[in-house]
Amino acid sequence: MLEIRNLKVKAGGKEILRGINLKVNVGEVHSIMGPNGSGKSTLAQVLAGRETYEVTEGEVWYDGKNLLEMAPEDRAREGIFMAFQYPVEIPGVSNLYFLRSALNAIRKHRGLDEFDAMDFLTLAKEKMGLLRVDENLMSRPVNEGFSGGEKKRNEIFQMAILEPRLAILDETDSGLDIDALRIVAEGVNSLRGKERAIIVVTHYQRLLNYIIPDYVHVLSEGRIVRSGGKHLALELEDKGYSWLEEAEPKRVQVV
Amino acid sequence: MIELVKTENIPFFSHLSEFEKGVAGKGPAWLQRMRNSARLQFAKLGFPTLQDEEWRFTNVAPITSIPFKLEAYELDGLKREIIDGLRFADLQCERLVFVNGCYSPELSFVEESRDGIRISSLSRVLQQDAAAVEPYLGRYANWEQDAFNALNTALMQDGAFVYIPKGKILEKPIHLLFLAATRGTAIASYPRTLIVADSNSQASVVESYVGLGEEVNFTCPVTEIILNDGAVIDHSKLECESARAFHVATLQYHQERSSSLGSHSIALGGALVRNSLNAVLAGDGAECTLDGLYLVRGEQHVDNHTRLEHAAPHCSSRELYKGVLDGKSRGVFHGRIVVHRGAQKTDSKQTNKNLLLSDDALINTKPQLEIYANDVKCTHGATIGQLDKDALFYLRSRGIGEEAARSLLIYAFASEVVRRMKVGAVQRRLDEFLLGWLPGGEFVKEAVQV
Ligand SMILES: Nc1ncnc2c1ncn2[C@@H]1O[C@H](COP(=O)(O)OP(=O)(O)OP(=O)(O)O)[C@@H](O)[C@H]1O
Ligand SMILES: [Mg+2]
Repeated sequence: MLEIRNLKVKAGGKEILRGINLKVNVGEVHSIMGPNGSGKSTLAQVLAGRETYEVTEGEVWYDGKNLLEMAPEDRAREGIFMAFQYPVEIPGVSNLYFLRSALNAIRKHRGLDEFDAMDFLTLAKEKMGLLRVDENLMSRPVNEGFSGGEKKRNEIFQMAILEPRLAILDETDSGLDIDALRIVAEGVNSLRGKERAIIVVTHYQRLLNYIIPDYVHVLSEGRIVRSGGKHLALELEDKGYSWLEEAEPKRVQVV
Repeated sequence: MIELVKTENIPFFSHLSEFEKGVAGKGPAWLQRMRNSARLQFAKLGFPTLQDEEWRFTNVAPITSIPFKLEAYELDGLKREIIDGLRFADLQCERLVFVNGCYSPELSFVEESRDGIRISSLSRVLQQDAAAVEPYLGRYANWEQDAFNALNTALMQDGAFVYIPKGKILEKPIHLLFLAATRGTAIASYPRTLIVADSNSQASVVESYVGLGEEVNFTCPVTEIILNDGAVIDHSKLECESARAFHVATLQYHQERSSSLGSHSIALGGALVRNSLNAVLAGDGAECTLDGLYLVRGEQHVDNHTRLEHAAPHCSSRELYKGVLDGKSRGVFHGRIVVHRGAQKTDSKQTNKNLLLSDDALINTKPQLEIYANDVKCTHGATIGQLDKDALFYLRSRGIGEEAARSLLIYAFASEVVRRMKVGAVQRRLDEFLLGWLPGGEFVKEAVQV
């Protein structure tokens, strides 16, 4: 479903991703872990189409399409969803209005009927119930005045409505208490299935107790330095990232 | 006249003698004296130049280079349907319509005067009962300092007069519609409006300026609004003239004790628009909100100068002006707040926010505070920004197209001012205009539908 080949990315003149290779098949859940500043969000943002990053080399194929040539909205319409590490506040734009527009843009693209206000509200209420998000919050402007946890839950709520084929969750677990974490994990797990794939970016094993990954990758200084099964996450939790550096000779940076 | 004759080589002046003939020797003696002084004052002041502090960013030279004409309007071709099809068709209320500055009884709708409420053309009041306007007309708007104001005062012939007696509450708004019907001629008009809300009365007034025809025109209105003790006035001024219009307006508010004013000044059309708004909080505990919105593109130039005087204690004011500028448009916002000595416990907040949609659009914003009292709370702030790139990406990453996402963000920015308007029909009309103005308006309309 997704294939990243030797992806190199620069931002502000600085090389951040230095040749990422990753293959994600339909039905799989991949977890990406790694220390602060290793490039996890950069990867997520590049996959979603953020233009501030400059791709200098490599390619990304999504369902046989050249992803890097697609506008962000087209990626979303083709089923990519990224839950932001830092969701943006948008004053004056109601969360529900915005979400209905997004859903309809996606449905239109797929040749499906658009949702009218009533149908949408029914759907939204159902998902709000499942994810236990506050209805009042959802009719407020997008993320405005939301707490950190509320913002993260809103991302998952949006995901539940938009039902992406490829979901990329960028540290959706940070800022969530254990109850919220469980609810979010349930939301994610309910999307798991034969026709979808999920990439979970996280620092902690905690979330992976609930969303059990098929593969774990460790990103360090813009490269995937280790890949393995779900046990790799446990090992990392135990020994920390420095363990990896010891295990693997540190690459010398060529200036 | 002599002073004006000297400057006859300025094309603008060609229509002034005609105007003067129209008003010479007419009206009560006090008015003739005032006109005369105003005329002399105008001759003395001359047109402002970029050297004048208050006009540093607005060049009025293009106005002076055009030989405007006076044209009495003819009704043919300007039927009631046009008015109905115009702005606020669903606003069922009393309406005074002026075409090229002259009152049109055929297009207007005024109920029988009742309970002392007066809604009439200024020309009629001046003929029949000038004493009713004498204490107010020209007493508040400061024509000694401002050339355009002086010009209007010297030349005013017609406009609206509204008087709301003590304790009267008007349920329906009053609509004053000023049409510039150019039909191939460069028209000048000097409408004059006087609104007096006596103690504890309440009313909404909508003043709109609309262009019919694409010829250049010059509208130079002066509006004086006086709120007596405890009066509550909601006033909207909408400028929606044609793309080649020059519109230089003065708006003067005067507020007595415990009165409350909501002012909404919207500038949408025109090549050059200048609004000089002055509000004086003259009585204890008076409060006002001054809202403004300007939406400009192409080569439009819009200049909002506001001057708010806190002249009495315990008054509060809130000012919010927002602008969206696209293309090569130019905007100016100068907001001065003066807190006089003795105006203790003043609570004043001024905000000006601007959204620049193109690299070539320009805004000059300058908030100014002058405080001569020591126990006051005053804040002001101005922002100039572009569309938030993070917000734009966020919307797009959810499947919303770029144009639609941009439009949604602009709409969200501008509609804050629209939502604060009190007259529903005007609010809806403005909302429609805003949606029409946005390239992705159709999408936004869908998106914000409940
Ligand atoms: N737009 C940008 N311009 C310049 N540098 C950037 C930009 N975006 C990210 N960086 C830098 O790139 C590096 C990787 O950032 P990124 O946000 O991808 O890390 P991360 O792995 O997500 O970290 P965290 O765990 O803290 O979220 C950091 O050093 C960051 O400062
Ligand atoms: Mg990150």
